[in-house]
Amino acid sequence: MGAVGEAIRRRRSDLRSGLTGRALDVGLYVLILAFLFLLGTRVIEHGPDYLLQIFFFALANGAIYALIALGYTMVYGIIELINFAHGDVFAFGAFASASLIPLFGLSEGQVWGPFTILQLLAVFVVTMLLCAVLNVSIERIAYRPLRHAPRLAPLITAIGMSFFLEGAMFLWKGPSSVHYPDVLPDLSFTILGARVGVKEITVWITTIVLVVGLALFIDRSRLGKAMRATAQDRDAAQLMGIDIDRTIAATFFIGAVLAGAGGIMYGLSYNTAVFDLGFSAGLVAFTAAVFGGIGNIYGAAIGGLVLGLIRTFWDGYFDSAWSDVVIFAILIMVLVFRPTGILGMRVPEK
Amino acid sequence: MIGWFRRVWENDPRKDPNAVVYFLLAIFAVLFPLFASVVTGGSPNFLLSVAGDAGVYVLLTLGLNVVVGMAGLLDLGYAAFFAIGAYTYAFIASDHLAVTPLQTTLHVPFWIVLLIALFVAASFGVILGAPTLRLRGDYLAIVTLGFGEIVPRVFKNTSTWTSGVNGISALDTPELPIWFKGPWSGDPLAVVQNFKIFDPLGYYVIMVVLLVICVVLVRNLQNSRMGRAWAAIREDEVAAAAMGVNTVQAKLLAFAIGAAFSGFAGTFYGAKLSLVSPENFGFSVSITVLVMVVLGGMGNIPGVMLGSLLIYLVIFMVLPSLPDTVTSIANAIGLTGLTQASGDFPGIGEFAARLKFLIFGLILVLVMLLRPQGLLPSREREQELTKGTHDDTIIEDVQAETG
Repeated sequence: MGAVGEAIRRRRSDLRSGLTGRALDVGLYVLILAFLFLLGTRVIEHGPDYLLQIFFFALANGAIYALIALGYTMVYGIIELINFAHGDVFAFGAFASASLIPLFGLSEGQVWGPFTILQLLAVFVVTMLLCAVLNVSIERIAYRPLRHAPRLAPLITAIGMSFFLEGAMFLWKGPSSVHYPDVLPDLSFTILGARVGVKEITVWITTIVLVVGLALFIDRSRLGKAMRATAQDRDAAQLMGIDIDRTIAATFFIGAVLAGAGGIMYGLSYNTAVFDLGFSAGLVAFTAAVFGGIGNIYGAAIGGLVLGLIRTFWDGYFDSAWSDVVIFAILIMVLVFRPTGILGMRVPEK
Repeated sequence: MIGWFRRVWENDPRKDPNAVVYFLLAIFAVLFPLFASVVTGGSPNFLLSVAGDAGVYVLLTLGLNVVVGMAGLLDLGYAAFFAIGAYTYAFIASDHLAVTPLQTTLHVPFWIVLLIALFVAASFGVILGAPTLRLRGDYLAIVTLGFGEIVPRVFKNTSTWTSGVNGISALDTPELPIWFKGPWSGDPLAVVQNFKIFDPLGYYVIMVVLLVICVVLVRNLQNSRMGRAWAAIREDEVAAAAMGVNTVQAKLLAFAIGAAFSGFAGTFYGAKLSLVSPENFGFSVSITVLVMVVLGGMGNIPGVMLGSLLIYLVIFMVLPSLPDTVTSIANAIGLTGLTQASGDFPGIGEFAARLKFLIFGLILVLVMLLRPQGLLPSREREQELTKGTHDDTIIEDVQAETG
């Protein structure tokens, strides 16, 4: 995690080598080129304004995916567990903030000023903390006791926790999708013929701030260093005096903070939330994490962005019924052609 | 007599620690129709039909057990092969092809489709597995997850071929070329040709026969050279390769066999339900089967069968009946007010219905926390766990010494 240099050096691992590797690479490039060509013809058909519009939406979608993917990749990097409940923590962020917004005195169609921005910030902070507490409790209850159990046991509890959270949200808000208060001002700017709303800008800025903050934290802080060490070799880290339990809990905490922020921004931009929102978003975000090289935080951020681009472009130019198929096909192809992801992943050792 | 039995029991080198469980399961399977008709007072059809559906899950669990339990490969998209098996039957054993661009129909008999579906599903397993099985660890889980998401969506979206969300209905009924009518069905004794299997008892019998075949097959596989190779790979892939096990080939075979079982189950499922729809093969099916395997006790055949029956009971019988049960209890103890919706409270029946996910999640977490090795694990696995062969022993020794 974080160790990009090391990951890239490992990328040319023994998994693929020589001619087969090169042939697979060529196959991947041919596929990408074919897709780009097809996309190009559609893009020309629809004109440049539409392209730019789609691109702006795609960046916002990708940012949200990136925030969720970061949590997956950090948790996988440190304990090699696919945290199925992570997507539901994201959905919980959306639900919790939907209730917090009126509680903090924000309402639809109000006048915006410095104080309202503070109110929104407070919503962000409280939601992120709630998600973090939730995720850390999940780790404490369902994963920590099973750290020495067979590998599949924590996976099943993760699935169980995912069901539990979905069930809790189902109980809370019922089966149909609920309205999320549309509090952001209805302002928009026109850039080169495409509309950019406050919603998109909020998502971009928040994501950039969070991801840069995370990168600095992982690279510079003591705890970040401990997390990198634990991800690399848990035993050695423990022998060096690192408190493993605390470090792992911190990883879950940070992952949930990011997912919570993603949940709020999802709600703010789409103004709807449903109890099983976390399932599909989680799958896509997980794909993004794999795409970028699981265990690698920069990879997850870029993977989220790329998947947001792919999905939004596909929805914009092709039949959206196929967009999930495309995303998962990409997932499979990435693993077949480039098993280390685009930036390289920590190869788990047995 | 008893002495002889004891001697055989204790000295037979092929003695299987699970023999008693198999024996009990067999007796249970034979007596179940009788039991069902006694309990329901002579109309066992519903229970038998449910048992047939449960059998589908037992079959799926047996197959996934080969992949996950024996070879140690995590498959998160097992339902894809189930779907492929079911759609294979739907395509070649119904009138459906007439409404596709092919404009003809095929009516291949059920028994032959069982084999065809087996090979089709296994082929897909090989196609998916060949490029990905050389990868390590969880990559396979991720690839299968993706595949499991793709397959139902493809069936859903290619509606000119598959009728999309509506699915394909009116699939053929399994048929025996020759069968006997007699007093047991209330007819005079006679030979019937092209006997169609309509009643749940017929499906139940087919299911039991399929299960017996599969259990024998899986058990023999586990004790074969390949089974030992799988166990070696599961425990340590590098060591297995060093000992001369062709790991890619062995993993591919496990994967293909698992897929074949799933295809098998899919065909039966399609025939029994007489309908296939993409909605029936989602991620939740894959997860349910995986949960059955892990919860029952990975790698142990009776364990996973028990696990699948228990989970089936919980998911498809106990939880769906929960709202009615709770409502009737509330009525019985005089809290009729609770059964009405008031304000945000939707009434206790609906409330219980909404609790379903939550309870199931809770059960999964609790059972795994209490018995991470599963309910009925194989003997070797239990020993491994209690002896603690995990990596952190050094650290724990150090901790013990330093206090």
